[in-house]
Amino acid sequence: MTNSFGEFSRARMFFVIGSNMTEAHPVASTFVKNAVQNGAALIVADPRRHKLAEFADIHLGLKVGSDIALLNGLMHVLIKENLYDRDFVENHTEDFDKLAAVVETYPPERAADITGIDAAAIVETARRLASVKPVMVCYTLGITEHTCGRNNVVSVANLQMLLGNMGAECGGVNPLRGQNNVQGACDMGALPNVFPGYQAVVDPAAREKFEKFWNVDHLPDQNGLMIPHMMEGLEKRKVRAFWIFGENLANTEPDITKVEKELGSAEFLICQDIFFNETTRFADVVFPAAAWSENDGTFTNSERRVSRVRTASPPPGEARPNWWIFREIAKRFGQEWESESGQDIWDNEISQLAPALGGIKYHRIEEDGLQWPCPSMDHPGTGFLHGKGSFTRGRGQFLPAEWTPPAEVPCEAFPYVLSTGRRLYHYHTRTQTGRCSGLNDLLGEETADISPVDAGRLGIAQGEYIRVSSRRGQVRVRAKVTEEVPEGMVWMAFHFRENNANWLANPAFDPITLTAEYKACAVNIEKQA
Amino acid sequence: MPHLSINSQTVEFQPGQTILDLCEALSINIPTLCHLAGTTPTGTCGVCLVEEAKAGMVKACSTPAEAGLEIRTHGVAVREARKKAIEALVATGNHNCGVAGAMTESFTDFQMDAGDMEASYDLCPVWGDCRLQDLVYEYQARTGLFDSGWKKEVPDVANPMIVRDFSRCIGCGRCVKACNEVQVNLAIDMDRSNGRDVVATKEGNGLVESNCVFCGECIQACPVGALVEKKAQNQWRPWEIEKIRTTCPYCGVGCQQWLHVKDEKIVKVTGVEEGAPNKGRLCVKGRFGYDFIYSDERIKRPVIRENGEFKEVSWDHALDYTADRLKAIIDESGPDALAGVSCARSINEDSYQMQKLFRAVFKTNNIDHCART
Repeated sequence: MTNSFGEFSRARMFFVIGSNMTEAHPVASTFVKNAVQNGAALIVADPRRHKLAEFADIHLGLKVGSDIALLNGLMHVLIKENLYDRDFVENHTEDFDKLAAVVETYPPERAADITGIDAAAIVETARRLASVKPVMVCYTLGITEHTCGRNNVVSVANLQMLLGNMGAECGGVNPLRGQNNVQGACDMGALPNVFPGYQAVVDPAAREKFEKFWNVDHLPDQNGLMIPHMMEGLEKRKVRAFWIFGENLANTEPDITKVEKELGSAEFLICQDIFFNETTRFADVVFPAAAWSENDGTFTNSERRVSRVRTASPPPGEARPNWWIFREIAKRFGQEWESESGQDIWDNEISQLAPALGGIKYHRIEEDGLQWPCPSMDHPGTGFLHGKGSFTRGRGQFLPAEWTPPAEVPCEAFPYVLSTGRRLYHYHTRTQTGRCSGLNDLLGEETADISPVDAGRLGIAQGEYIRVSSRRGQVRVRAKVTEEVPEGMVWMAFHFRENNANWLANPAFDPITLTAEYKACAVNIEKQA
Repeated sequence: MPHLSINSQTVEFQPGQTILDLCEALSINIPTLCHLAGTTPTGTCGVCLVEEAKAGMVKACSTPAEAGLEIRTHGVAVREARKKAIEALVATGNHNCGVAGAMTESFTDFQMDAGDMEASYDLCPVWGDCRLQDLVYEYQARTGLFDSGWKKEVPDVANPMIVRDFSRCIGCGRCVKACNEVQVNLAIDMDRSNGRDVVATKEGNGLVESNCVFCGECIQACPVGALVEKKAQNQWRPWEIEKIRTTCPYCGVGCQQWLHVKDEKIVKVTGVEEGAPNKGRLCVKGRFGYDFIYSDERIKRPVIRENGEFKEVSWDHALDYTADRLKAIIDESGPDALAGVSCARSINEDSYQMQKLFRAVFKTNNIDHCART
């Protein structure tokens, strides 16, 4: 997030696109709802009329995967009606002409055709967005989990730069991160192209810095593989050993049949986890790990806030902190690492190596955490980025994008669109929430959420078992008939194994980010015999 | 700027501020009970009384600051008025905590019944951690002065998470404010249709059928024992608890939690009221999703697959075996024959350590995590 949760309750307008906040980020949504109660405007763009949409002034029920057409349509109106922030565009951005040329081809009527939203609603939304400054844009995986995910993201950024909403409190582009420490795992360099602190592995100076600090030579100088290519590499035997730390890939990746074939062809699979799960079935070695609240460390939330995690209970049996396990393996390769605790690792290594984290030490985050960039010990941390319209690269660059449809669209055999995500009462593959008393009582099984129109046409009753099938598989699941879901759409989660949406989801990926298109594939639904 | 006087001290104020706001800014302690920070005042409990020169006793929480007011926050009259308000609250329900002598049954029977769910109206689950009890003690309020209208009720336990014992409800409305103005789930409201303030679901008879999403903000707001967590019920007492601050392990909001820990075991979770970013708020998973760590199914020892079956081995054995296998693969196929996926759920220090292992030890950049999926 460029901005902070603390700004939500003061914001005057929100544009929430592709985010089911009340279920996926419930506490964040409370601050949005507070702002709405205090008079803030809320525009929600989402195929589903979910809970937050009930609080919205405008709900744009766009078709799955049509976000770029909507965003380009909005920008078309902003430019056509001269409602954009000319001063911001002239002084803080570049390539406006390129953007203008592309969005020129998305008049509201065309955007309406692609999105299924009335042209008048697109015009009205654009005018509303221009009427308040700044507007806070929030998005989640509804934007990123598409084959055009990267283009969706830059389109959101284009809109906010065009409106001059960057570099201001209560504005910005705010992706809500789905997992407690996905921001932190990126910051730590658990990515194939960067060291901790986003220092490129292909940069000789960065390699030299890390070689010196870690007292090693010849750090690898080419970007590594991303997860989908790692998994394909297993089958091709290019990747012979695969180490999975705290992931249940057999349930979380699209097309479970394909994924299990890949996992099954791993020559040597190491799993490091707190429970045996569907993925550990393929393991050669399983290391028992300490869980949350069983060792000291830090998480970094969506707003870049590094907060402490503390020990409440000892790990069971011989389970050990994960950092200890990695250290022991390093030792067997002849490297003795000095750090012997989470605090050692953070204070003496991470915050020394990542410039943006240089001012964050454990003793400074005993209570509230600090938001990076926090480069020095007297720095208070950074609530919002790009202040005064100054971007990391200098000027903000418009990256215009053309709309492209999902890789798989409805056809005669599979006439419905399946979109997937999370539900309130469970988390991912339920390895954790499924073992918490009460949560299974609140949600005990998966459903396929369908519209009353489709249910009526197919004669499907509330709670009846139906079959949902795609080109990759089929599941038997209860129907949940709900007004939240528009005609032609099926919505499912991936919390339960037997009718996990990932048996159906399409392993088509954004070409740049290799993010899978969890939000759109073609399915059929049938009454069970 | 307009001003008024508090305890003979001249105090400037801004329109919209209440007497309570001003007193808090001056660090003058005013007892409150129904007041819930950040929500509109209800003034139902009458505990925050202060004396105004002309108007007499007024409620600090709901009296707006006005120029010329002369407020006294202490003194015998103020104390007596607050004490009366507290005594009236005690009489509204089953608040026998400080008054063993007032019980009709024998104390032995009382103790024998205390562990029985159906008899939880006898021993209050929040004894020792109750705002009303604190005030009864501080003001030495007496019980039995008012005719008590309450009758024994079996607590409502018809949901997985929240025990609702209306016999202990003082009708302060904090839970309603928490639901409607803090979390904005709009599940419960104050029902006044029978001439008495009763907390009721807006739709459906019980919480399960209502808009309730079991965030438990109402429990955190409840100043008495009317709302308590069902989890770990009857397994701990407030004074046995160590509070440990930590960060929630679920979504990317990073809510700050107090883990209430007894004998190295979490028995309850609450939000850190002033903590950023959540300001005391939690969701259903943050508040109730902690006990997976105590599951019997946790992996407790390293295992290695032998002849198709997992076999428990020592750490040394598992680590040596793994390192040897990896060395052999690197020797044969180079370091890029290794790949690793780190965990976006685990701490920063773990991800740092894993990428360091892959880069500095194995010499490959084949390290990723689920940021892209």
